[in-house]
Amino acid sequence: MIELTDTNSSEIAAAFVRDRIRAGSPAMGMVLTLIVVVEDEEAEEAMACARAASKEHPARVLGVILGDGRGAPQVHAQVGIGQGWTGETAMIWLRGEVVKHPDSVVLPLLLPDSPVAVWWAGNAPMDPAHDPLGALAQRRITDAAAVTRGKQKAMHTLCAAYSPGNTDLAWTRLTPWRALLASALDQYELPVTSAVVTAERISPSADLMAVWLRERLKVRVERKSSKGPGITEIVLETKKGPIRITRLDGKLATISSPERPDRPIALKRLEIPALLAEELRRLDEDNVYADVAKAFAKKSLS
Amino acid sequence: MTQTNGTASWTNPLRDPEDRRLPRIAGPCGMVLFGVTGDLSRKKIMPAIYDLANRGLLPPGFSLVGYARRDWNNQDFAQIVHDSVKEHARTEFREEVWKQLSEGFRFVPGEFDDDIAFGTLAHTLDELDIVRGTGGNHAFYLAIPPGFFGQVVQQLKEHGMVDSQPGSWRRVVVEKPFGHDLESAKQLQAVLNDAFPSGSIFRIDHYLGKETVQNILAMRFANEMFEPIWNANYVDHVQITMAEDIGIGGRAGYYDGIGAARDVIQNHLLQLMALVAMEEPISFDAENLRAEKLKVLRSITVPHRLDLTTARGQYAEGWSGGVKVNGFLQEDGIKPRSTTETYAAVTLHVDNRRWAGVPFYLRTGKRLGRRVTEVAIVFKPAPHLPFAASATEELTRNALVIRVQPDEGTTLRFGAKVPGTAMEIRDVNMDFAYGGSFVEASPEAYERLILDVLLGDPPLFPHHEEVEQSWTILDPILDYWERKGHRPEQYPSGGWGPSSANAMLKRDGRTWRRP
Repeated sequence: MIELTDTNSSEIAAAFVRDRIRAGSPAMGMVLTLIVVVEDEEAEEAMACARAASKEHPARVLGVILGDGRGAPQVHAQVGIGQGWTGETAMIWLRGEVVKHPDSVVLPLLLPDSPVAVWWAGNAPMDPAHDPLGALAQRRITDAAAVTRGKQKAMHTLCAAYSPGNTDLAWTRLTPWRALLASALDQYELPVTSAVVTAERISPSADLMAVWLRERLKVRVERKSSKGPGITEIVLETKKGPIRITRLDGKLATISSPERPDRPIALKRLEIPALLAEELRRLDEDNVYADVAKAFAKKSLS
Repeated sequence: MTQTNGTASWTNPLRDPEDRRLPRIAGPCGMVLFGVTGDLSRKKIMPAIYDLANRGLLPPGFSLVGYARRDWNNQDFAQIVHDSVKEHARTEFREEVWKQLSEGFRFVPGEFDDDIAFGTLAHTLDELDIVRGTGGNHAFYLAIPPGFFGQVVQQLKEHGMVDSQPGSWRRVVVEKPFGHDLESAKQLQAVLNDAFPSGSIFRIDHYLGKETVQNILAMRFANEMFEPIWNANYVDHVQITMAEDIGIGGRAGYYDGIGAARDVIQNHLLQLMALVAMEEPISFDAENLRAEKLKVLRSITVPHRLDLTTARGQYAEGWSGGVKVNGFLQEDGIKPRSTTETYAAVTLHVDNRRWAGVPFYLRTGKRLGRRVTEVAIVFKPAPHLPFAASATEELTRNALVIRVQPDEGTTLRFGAKVPGTAMEIRDVNMDFAYGGSFVEASPEAYERLILDVLLGDPPLFPHHEEVEQSWTILDPILDYWERKGHRPEQYPSGGWGPSSANAMLKRDGRTWRRP
């Protein structure tokens, strides 16, 4: 770990090269730059998640901590590579006026040509695509469930500001559910007449699920509240009877459907590293999410 | 589009071709495993099934039926699977995944000639369709010696287990060896084909499930810069190596009489060669891929002088990686005068415009220097070198090496200037490593292949025509070795094979890479 106080981007870049040579060049073949925007207290945990995700996608991970915007500009950094993972990492603390210009620090540190993803581990900007750091990235990952201010409105705000490349972990969390629902419906080839999504009262994922089902099935989708954790039940009504997936403990679900026995199925809530890894697997626009986000933004306004 | 069971006009509104997050999940189905106690089942198949379930890719209600000559009940079988999963699974053990799977475990004890037991098996499948909703879809995995295939398949047929109802499927999965020559391969195909249509027979060559092997296609056909030099104008020769550092271990019964060429060259190496040498397929679906692979396999020829262009050997007693090891002839269960080879090297040519005059050298062996599988494309020397002869003394041929395992990735080897005032040029490596990174998260070959069986997705499985064509290539060499009746040359364990293999390349003015 190389410690740099009162530094700048070119010193950080030089530290990367120095550290890489010293460690015998393990951090070759990195495929992307991942910028993690995080509060100081959560920084360690978020960087651990980013590192875990970079096992699948070797990355240069730049942790950016935006401090107090008042006073003289200051840049501190810790640069390190190796230590049991595949990429390079730098933690960069910004204070003072430079907090408004974090892109000027990060831009020189992006890997040549490779894609850039940014992940706001906590509070996300209102409009990620027009955030200075967001504008540098092809993939902008927010997490409406992790925001601490205005939890209820967060998903709506983010959907309203949707731009190609935006995505939210609340959506990523739905992939196992959506896959299960789609393959369950494959077995029946019947139109769905209505649907119910039951989840914790505040659950951006459940709200997105309800919109996705409504958009795809063109039916009324009811959203009910439960104690959680997360989504606890989804029911698709058909004329043969309901297709029902119930998951009360956040781990093991039961699927019951017409003319078939009830069966258990593992449906664990995914951890952040797995969600991040899924997001980094594709860096082009997620058209399905785009449709859902646009519909979501419209829905809540009316 | 993972399954179709009815009207083609119905489209699932929850599916969208644009929705690339949704994984391919197999439709309702189950698997019957013959050869439950074998290494293959315990080390590969059972862990792969668990890993698939853990990744959410198996359908709810997936059922696994074990069939073996053991006095077990369902719980005993579950315990065997449990132990194998705990020891060998790639992903972490989770109770909820285990619960989902274990409800679907059944065990049927019986011999392969036991009519009553097969009756019980048929009954078990019917019961699973009701209590687990497997929908009449069952795959039969024959993880047993091929000598028993006929008997098992016949039993399945007699007990009505191979006939699928409309809208459901029955499939059979077999592992190598796919025969020991062309004749026996055809017989095997006839036996399987007697009960299952060609499209329902899945032959597993686990090499084809490996990410790096699939990456050969990506590298060749998604890029612009390799294709122009991928031909006889630039390529001097190709070396395909599969080396193992271990001996035959406990596989004497299987290995004696089979040997390295049948065990490895016939399937893995010829498949690798086909992928490296074939023309661009129209698309990557099974039919088009197979068409190109078959075409190139059919253009492979064997040299006339097999005495000069092939080599075979047996590992001798010696030191391998710091351990004193037995020679092949001293291994338990091997006849002291066995002429089975543990090392085989062959020269092949591809008679087409792209590869005319470019030899493909294939070698495989046990107890070699290290465990490695790779394909090396070795290029011709530059036509003119504007340097003093002394400057390029240390420069060899440019090479592109596809490292299949371990340390998966690609290496480009080329000359670079040695820093200093004098002009001196030496070989350097440029590496792309999947290593340690992608690999950890990337599925085992068996996961991919078992999932493909359940989905009925055949591109990664060799077709019987490819198998038979591979035997057609290899048979003359095997015949020649047999006729000549020489004992294979002894080679020291822990090295890189017999001297005759080195002489074979030396005659052509080339040398083997040290992989």
